[in-house]
Amino acid sequence: MALRPTSALLRSAVLLAAAALALPSCFTDRQNEGQKLYANHCASCHGDQGQGLRRLIPPVAGADYLTKYRDDLPCLIRRGQQGPIIVNGVHYNQVMPGHEDLTDSQITNLLNYVQSAWGNKGEKYTIREVSELLDRCQGSDGQ
Amino acid sequence: MMSRFSFFRSLLGLATAALLLPACQSATNKQTAARLPYLGEPEVAAPGDTVYPRIPSFTLLNQDSVTVTPATLAGKVYVADFFFTTCPSICPKMSSEMLRVYEKYKNDPRVSFVSHTIDPEHDTLPVLRDYAQRLGVQNAQQWHFVTAPRDTIYNLARKYMAAVQRDKTAPGGAVHNGAFALVDPQGHVRGLYDGINPQEVDRLLKDLPVLLDEVAPTKATAAK
Ligand code: HEC
Repeated sequence: MALRPTSALLRSAVLLAAAALALPSCFTDRQNEGQKLYANHCASCHGDQGQGLRRLIPPVAGADYLTKYRDDLPCLIRRGQQGPIIVNGVHYNQVMPGHEDLTDSQITNLLNYVQSAWGNKGEKYTIREVSELLDRCQGSDGQ
Repeated sequence: MMSRFSFFRSLLGLATAALLLPACQSATNKQTAARLPYLGEPEVAAPGDTVYPRIPSFTLLNQDSVTVTPATLAGKVYVADFFFTTCPSICPKMSSEMLRVYEKYKNDPRVSFVSHTIDPEHDTLPVLRDYAQRLGVQNAQQWHFVTAPRDTIYNLARKYMAAVQRDKTAPGGAVHNGAFALVDPQGHVRGLYDGINPQEVDRLLKDLPVLLDEVAPTKATAAK
């Protein structure tokens, strides 16, 4: 976690710059929260286009995992994931850190973004559903 | 916690380095970059005789369990960085940017890559090997993922001007920026780039051929 301040700083700088350049009109648009959270918390590993990184980091774009394990995703974000997993038939085995700093509603927006970006067509979540799914790992903060 | 403070200190370090060398830095970036600058604080041995720092000799072990010394890299230009396999934030980005450079120079015997783990306790040879292979680097012919005792790595990092610091509370026991150092066959650092910034890595891709041009005559005589 200790690297977060660094990367958070960098990322916010990058984000701000990117936002200033590309999305001036979307600043207050809450619809974009998921996209921003993705850029902020996930893109450094999973890539700007969700493409992943070779056999080190699995893709989230076009990943069968998203539909197969849809109900597990809120806890995966909250608690992280490690150990061997298979995505689109490829074996991965690295560590994804948990995200304790996100609220239930942020996780909802984030997952809905992931489920619908880059041509993904996964089923969306409601906040209530995400909070319930997070209860499985005692990960709901009720917000 | 890694404090913002230490982060800023590393930034400051880089910034200072950049400030110290404005003359050579800016000249190369703008024009057709005839020659890359020498980075680091020079020593004036005698009036008119300026000596730029060089990477001291080292003995490292790569993912194929082969010893890597300056002799391994003789006559080559190489790119060095510092990372660790479990790094939760910037390393995947660094690796994918380094991969971009690697792919451009794949099978070019003039160019090597050296990625040093700053977490040697965790990143054993099998771990490094697995990481390299997952990245698509099948063997250490050209891209060495190396380890050594922690002190050796940290001292080297300083010579490459990559800000790496011990931090017991950080995952992997260290914090670092994502600097890539471009090194010439004499062991001089000729360029520093922020390895998580694609534009900076584009700059590296522009500088590499400039350095290769410079060493081309040397290369012809460098015995293989
Ligand atoms: C430090 C790098 C890193 C970060 C940051 C990260 N992940 Fe992951 N993620 C991984 C790795 C590595 C795996 C596979 C873990 C394994 O091998 O068990 C993974 C697995 C996943 C999976 C399941 C497999 C797949 O690709 O479908 C999903 C979904 C996922 N991550 C989404 C996210 C989201 C959303 C975020 C942002 C909150 C995020 N990740 C942040 C590295 C990361």
